[in-house]
Amino acid sequence: MAVITPVTTDTVASTAPFWRLKGFPVIPVSILLLIAFVAVFADVLAPHDPQIGSLARRFKPPFWLEGGSLVYPLGTDHVGRDVLSRLIFGARVSMVVGITAVLVAGSIGTLLGIMSGYLGGWADQVVMRITDTWLALPALTFAIFLAAIVGPSELNIILILGLVYWTRYARVIRGEVLSLKQREFVRLAVVAGCSSRLIMWRHILPNVINSAIVLATLMLGVVIVTEASLSFLGVGVPPPKPAWGLMMADGKKGLMVGYWWLTVFPGICIMLMVLSANLLGDWLRVKLDPQLRQL
Amino acid sequence: MKQYIARRVGYSLLSLFLLSVTIFLFVRVTGDPVSLLVEPGASPEDIENIRRQLGLDQPLWEQYWHFMASLFAGDLGQSFYYRVPVLDLYFQRLPHSLLLAAVAMALSLLIGIPSGILAAVRVDGFWDSAGKIFALLGLSLPQFWVGLVLILFFSVYLGWLPSSGSGGVLHLLMPAFTLGWYFAAAHMRLTRSSMLEVLGSEYIKLARLKGLPEALVIGKHALKNALIPVITLAGINLVVMINVAVVVETVFAWPGIGRLLYEGITFRDFPVVQGVVIIGGAMIVMVNLLVDILYALIDPRIRLES
Amino acid sequence: MPSPLLSLENLSTHYVSQQGTRVVRAVDEVTLSLNAGETLGIVGESGSGKSTLALTILRLLPAAARITSGRMMFEGENLLEKSDEEMRQVRGKRIAMILQDPMASLNPLFTIGDQVGEPIRVHEGASRASAWKRAIGLLRSVRIASPETRVSQFPHEMSGGMRQRIVGAVGISCEPRLLIADEPTTSLDLTIQAQYLKLLRDLQREHGLALIFITHNLGIVAKMCDQLAVMYAGRVVEHGPVSRIFNRPMHPYTRALLGSIPRMADNRDHLTAIEGQPPDLASMPPGCAFAPRCPEAFDRCRAEAPPEFTIDHETRARCWRAPVDASAKAAS
Repeated sequence: MAVITPVTTDTVASTAPFWRLKGFPVIPVSILLLIAFVAVFADVLAPHDPQIGSLARRFKPPFWLEGGSLVYPLGTDHVGRDVLSRLIFGARVSMVVGITAVLVAGSIGTLLGIMSGYLGGWADQVVMRITDTWLALPALTFAIFLAAIVGPSELNIILILGLVYWTRYARVIRGEVLSLKQREFVRLAVVAGCSSRLIMWRHILPNVINSAIVLATLMLGVVIVTEASLSFLGVGVPPPKPAWGLMMADGKKGLMVGYWWLTVFPGICIMLMVLSANLLGDWLRVKLDPQLRQL
Repeated sequence: MKQYIARRVGYSLLSLFLLSVTIFLFVRVTGDPVSLLVEPGASPEDIENIRRQLGLDQPLWEQYWHFMASLFAGDLGQSFYYRVPVLDLYFQRLPHSLLLAAVAMALSLLIGIPSGILAAVRVDGFWDSAGKIFALLGLSLPQFWVGLVLILFFSVYLGWLPSSGSGGVLHLLMPAFTLGWYFAAAHMRLTRSSMLEVLGSEYIKLARLKGLPEALVIGKHALKNALIPVITLAGINLVVMINVAVVVETVFAWPGIGRLLYEGITFRDFPVVQGVVIIGGAMIVMVNLLVDILYALIDPRIRLES
Repeated sequence: MPSPLLSLENLSTHYVSQQGTRVVRAVDEVTLSLNAGETLGIVGESGSGKSTLALTILRLLPAAARITSGRMMFEGENLLEKSDEEMRQVRGKRIAMILQDPMASLNPLFTIGDQVGEPIRVHEGASRASAWKRAIGLLRSVRIASPETRVSQFPHEMSGGMRQRIVGAVGISCEPRLLIADEPTTSLDLTIQAQYLKLLRDLQREHGLALIFITHNLGIVAKMCDQLAVMYAGRVVEHGPVSRIFNRPMHPYTRALLGSIPRMADNRDHLTAIEGQPPDLASMPPGCAFAPRCPEAFDRCRAEAPPEFTIDHETRARCWRAPVDASAKAAS
């Protein structure tokens, strides 16, 4: 049908800085930057040691409730540790684990995705069959299984999450590479006699990097939820390190007797971080890579 | 058609094989299999016994052979904690998981499909925006956080619902909703996008040109087409739900398979963990195969293609 | 002269962007009429508003489009004054339309019989069984072999040409007075195209249908149509009997279109293409929309849009030269 659809032009010129672009998620990005800032300067910002408490001052409520004080603005937990300080150091755990795990998953997935898509043949078959199989395992269950084998530590959790999530990367990147392979500039490079390695490195990789960034942002939220869930189940970053998921698991016991601040505050932190990452990822997806809209 | 099914079956068998290899290798190569597979606190003679029984001193391929032989015999090992075969434990817990998954699935479809249709029929309207927020929250919020907030509100504050355990219908509500929300969001998004695609099709235009009432255009011509992918996903998700409820079942102390997995972790009961992962993975591979075959049987277009 | 079956008077349909800042005049002040049993061809480049005009007549426009002015008289009733529900009862029953893409026009999940009989059930309240029986008859009338078995089959079991004829059967199922065909043959190969056009003509004769034929294929127009309207940038630039337009086109755009038809007898190496691009409908030049591409344009064309000149009872054209040329011809 030759129905004429009105052409809507983006009123913002392409020279505008990216934060002026239409629909740029200002609040989510501010939240993420704030969490990153807190994570970096946790030592300076935290009023107390996050790992040392005193049983004499356990279960203190937040300052605005009766019995609370501004010394422990968000209260104390079951061993008397300052909740605010633990939240601040928890930001560091979430950021470090989240970002490095996404980097690990992204590097493995992008590399194998490019090789699988570009080289085809048996390399493609092997990678894709492994991908299919691993995707059949629910991510959290797979992560629990791996954590049960190698035992929980911060480094192990990062490796486990990278191992669990690279398959999603590989599948999307492979699809992109398959269509890139048909494009003129790649064919020209082949005709010009460039080696496969050079083509993958110089022509394919730069063209899938947009998708990789979008995926990374979307994956950040997923990885953080998984990390928090592992902590919550007791196979995440081991105590006494303050991870938000672990704080909620510890706080759960106090929930029925009214110590709500132990679960609510870390919960809000996780929620804000994950929502922000997802909103940013959604925006990037539409803005950077229209092909990924179906994701 | 036959060729298509044969190829699918082949892929699935390959997947099952890779699954077993993955699990086998991770246990033998990454960790110390003895510490995982032998009960904590066992005597040196016991350890030696089990080492020989599992053939841990033999080459890997032989060990794999043993591993597969016992799998085919239905032997997933013995739980350290409960001292019963893992398979028995699994089947003991399965009905609870099925019940929870069924209710959560019903909730997710009841919420997801109508809101997805509404969002697609009134794109950018109020319901579309509300639905987008609902879906974003459902996909973003960790389940333990949703669960704990529900407990805080309905059990601690209002005192209406029991916070944990199983028994009556009331016990089911919060865990089913917590588990179902995530899937409701997924089902809603898929219904919306699939509905939008169908609504833009030529046959919907023709249905309107025929002068059919809008209710018939949406309810008959669009819905049936739009729901095919949703029902497919729901079929797979029902099985997925059984295997991903570990967080929900932990929060609400629901005695299903997820809870079994959690107990496996906390009691360092490795055979249980391994068994749950193997059965879960195999189940999902099988349901994917089943759905592919059913799809081929139902959808005439695929039938023609192959 | 009997009153026409359909007459459009100063009909305009505009697309308005969400912010309301951009207006696209997809159909602009169109005046046309069509008698019962006649065939009207509408030709124009893609984007000239042909399809929007068809959807305007059926009032099935996308949400962004508005019918901003005019009257649409059909069998003595103004379609623009009808409620949505009344309009729905016109669609498929009194005015039917065949879409461009027959392959995609049938719902893959319902039987042919269901889809062909559906308008009968909805508009005439026929039972399932009698609609089914009528569907068999309709399939037979569109020359589908062994309709009794075909009726319970699904679209994917049919060839492209058969599906196109089935879509035709859907169109005539309620014996409409007017059938609009929007480029119904573009996706068919040539022999099937010819068969289908013959079928449409036969159906028209049998049922006394009026036909609006939207196409960019002037060859089809020459074979099929009585009247012709040439559209450019949302406006009808020339309207009249096909034979007159082919022999004596009044508008330079029509002349250019006719000049771009390849002919077997031609020994020219290349076709006369029309120079330039059709205008952006959202920012139209102040004068005649065709002026920038028109070889005969003069100052007035660029400054002032020409009105629709009525040369005689069967000839109308939107061109400043038209009345001059006509009187010059009459004088000679």
